[in-house]
Amino acid sequence: MHNSPDFKIPIGPQHPALKEPESFSVALKGEKILGVDIRLGYNHRGIEKAAEERSYVQDIYLIERVCGICSHSHATCFVQAVEEIAGLAVPARALYIRTIIGELERIHSHLLWLGVAGHEIGFDTLLMYSWRDREVVMDILATITGNRVNYGMNTIGGVRRDIDAPQAEAILNALTILEERTKYYIEIATEETTIIKRLSGVGVLSREDVLRLDAVGPTARASGVKRDVRVDDPYAAYAELSFDVITDNHADVYGRTVVRVKELLESCKIIRQALKNLPQGPIAIRAPRKIPAGEALSRYEAPRGEDVHYVKANGTEKPERVKIRAPTLANVQAVKHMLRDRFLADMPIVVAAIDPCFSCTDRMVALKEQAGGRAKVINWQALHNFSIEWHKQRGIDFAPLNKKLKERLAR
Amino acid sequence: MRIIKKIVSWARIKSPWILHFNTGACNACDIEIIAALTPRYDLERFGVVLKGTPRHADILVCSGPVTKKIEDRLVRIYEQMPEPKFVVAVGTCACSGGVFDGCYNVAAGINQVIPVSAYIPGCPASPKAIIDGVVKLLASLEEKENKGDVSIFPSPER
Repeated sequence: MHNSPDFKIPIGPQHPALKEPESFSVALKGEKILGVDIRLGYNHRGIEKAAEERSYVQDIYLIERVCGICSHSHATCFVQAVEEIAGLAVPARALYIRTIIGELERIHSHLLWLGVAGHEIGFDTLLMYSWRDREVVMDILATITGNRVNYGMNTIGGVRRDIDAPQAEAILNALTILEERTKYYIEIATEETTIIKRLSGVGVLSREDVLRLDAVGPTARASGVKRDVRVDDPYAAYAELSFDVITDNHADVYGRTVVRVKELLESCKIIRQALKNLPQGPIAIRAPRKIPAGEALSRYEAPRGEDVHYVKANGTEKPERVKIRAPTLANVQAVKHMLRDRFLADMPIVVAAIDPCFSCTDRMVALKEQAGGRAKVINWQALHNFSIEWHKQRGIDFAPLNKKLKERLAR
Repeated sequence: MRIIKKIVSWARIKSPWILHFNTGACNACDIEIIAALTPRYDLERFGVVLKGTPRHADILVCSGPVTKKIEDRLVRIYEQMPEPKFVVAVGTCACSGGVFDGCYNVAAGINQVIPVSAYIPGCPASPKAIIDGVVKLLASLEEKENKGDVSIFPSPER
C-alpha cells in the first residue's frame, strides 16, 4: 500500500498552466508525484500526410506551420533535405541569410521561454520585461521577412528575400539593445535569489539520464552534454562561424535557464559575424519542379534542440514521404523522469523547462508489433474516412454540422 | 431592474474577460495573442483580462483549425461559459482552416463547431489585428446595446 497513489489529477487539455492542449494524468501520494501519463495528439493535424498531397514549394509553407515558434527551423530543415536529393548547390549568401534568420529566431524563442518560465514561477515582471525586449527581435524579423512569425524566407535552392545595407544596419542596432538586455538577464539569472532558490534542484536530469533518454538541445546541454548540431554536423553557414556551445553542470531547471540566457549572447555573436562576412552574389538558384528520386535526412539545431526531417522523393513534383521528428518528442520522455518523486507544485516549471512545443510533437508515431507486425500503406481518402469513422465511434460527428452549414450557405 | 441591467452590460463591454484556447494551432497565433497582452501592445488598457477558466470568461479566443481530438473539448468549454458569450476566431486557420484545409484530422474552422462572433484573419494575426478585432467586437456590442437590441443577452436555451 505504500506506493499506491492517493488520487489521480487530470491536467489539461485546457488548463491555465498550459499554453497548448496536452493532457497529463498525475498520480499523487499526498503532494508527491508517483507517476505521470502524458497524452498527446490534440494538435495532430496530419501535416506529414498533407505534405504528400502537395508540391514541394507548397510544402515549404505547410511545413513552416508545423510550429509557429520555430517555423524557420522546420522550413530550413525540409528544404535542406530536398536540396540534398536534388543535388542543388545553394549560393553562399543564401546560407548566410538562413543562418541570420535562424539565430534571430533563436533569440526570439529563448526570450519567449524566459518570459514563460518567469510566469510559471510567479515572476510575472520577468515575463513583461522579456516579452517587451522580444518585440525588438520581432520588429527586425518583420523588417527583413515581412512577417512577424512564419517568415516564408526559404525556397528550394536559396532564400526569397535579400538583406540590404539599411536592414543590416537595423539588425546591428537592435543587437546592441539586445546584448545590453541579455547582460541584464544573465545578471538576474545568476544573482537573483528568487530565481536561484526556486529553480535549483528542481527537475533534475543527470548526465547519464540525458544519454539514456536521448534528450536534446538546451535540456541536454544543461546537464553537461555538449550536443549541438551546429557544431556536430554543421549546416548553412555554421562551419565558417566561430561560437561556443554553452553547457552547464547544474542539470536542473536553473541550469537550463542559464544555458538559454547565455545562448542569447552567442546568437548575437553569430549574427554579427554573419553580417560582417555576408558574401556577395545571388540569393537563390533555380530549382527543378520535379525532384529526382532519392531520400535524405536533414538535421537542424532548432531553439529547442535537434530537429530531424526525412524526405523521400519519387521523381514527381510531390514528395512520397515526409517524416518530422521535432525536438520536443525527444525531450518529453525526460519530463516523465524529471517529475517522478517531485512535488506537484514543481510540475508547471519542469514541463516548461524543456520549452515544450506540442504542435511540433504531434506527429503520428507508428509502433510496430514485434511479432509479425506489418507496416501498412494507407491512401488519402481511406485515411480521411478512417478518421471520420474513428471519431464517430467516440461520439463526434461532423455530418449534421456540415449539413447545417451547407443549408445556411444555400440560403 | 433596468438600471442594474445597464450597469451589468456597461461592465461587460468595458471589461471583457477572455479565455484563450488553442484548438490545434501552430502556436504562432497563440504567441501573438500573448504578445497582445504584454507591454508593447497591452490589450489590458481596454479592460481585457486573460482568465484561466471558461466559467469566468465572456469571450473565447480560439486559434487553430479545430482538430478532431480537441473538438468535443471545445464544445464543452463553450458550454461551460456563462451567457452572454462571444467567440473570436484568431488566424486564418481558425477562420477557414487555412493551410490545413482538407487535412484528414481537422474541421476547417471554429465556425464548423461553435458560433463565431468575430473573425481575425492573418497567418498569424498580428497583435495589432487582434486588438483591432477585439475593439471592433466591443464597439459592435456597444452599438447593439445603445439600440436596445437584446441579442447581446441571448436567451439561455440558445
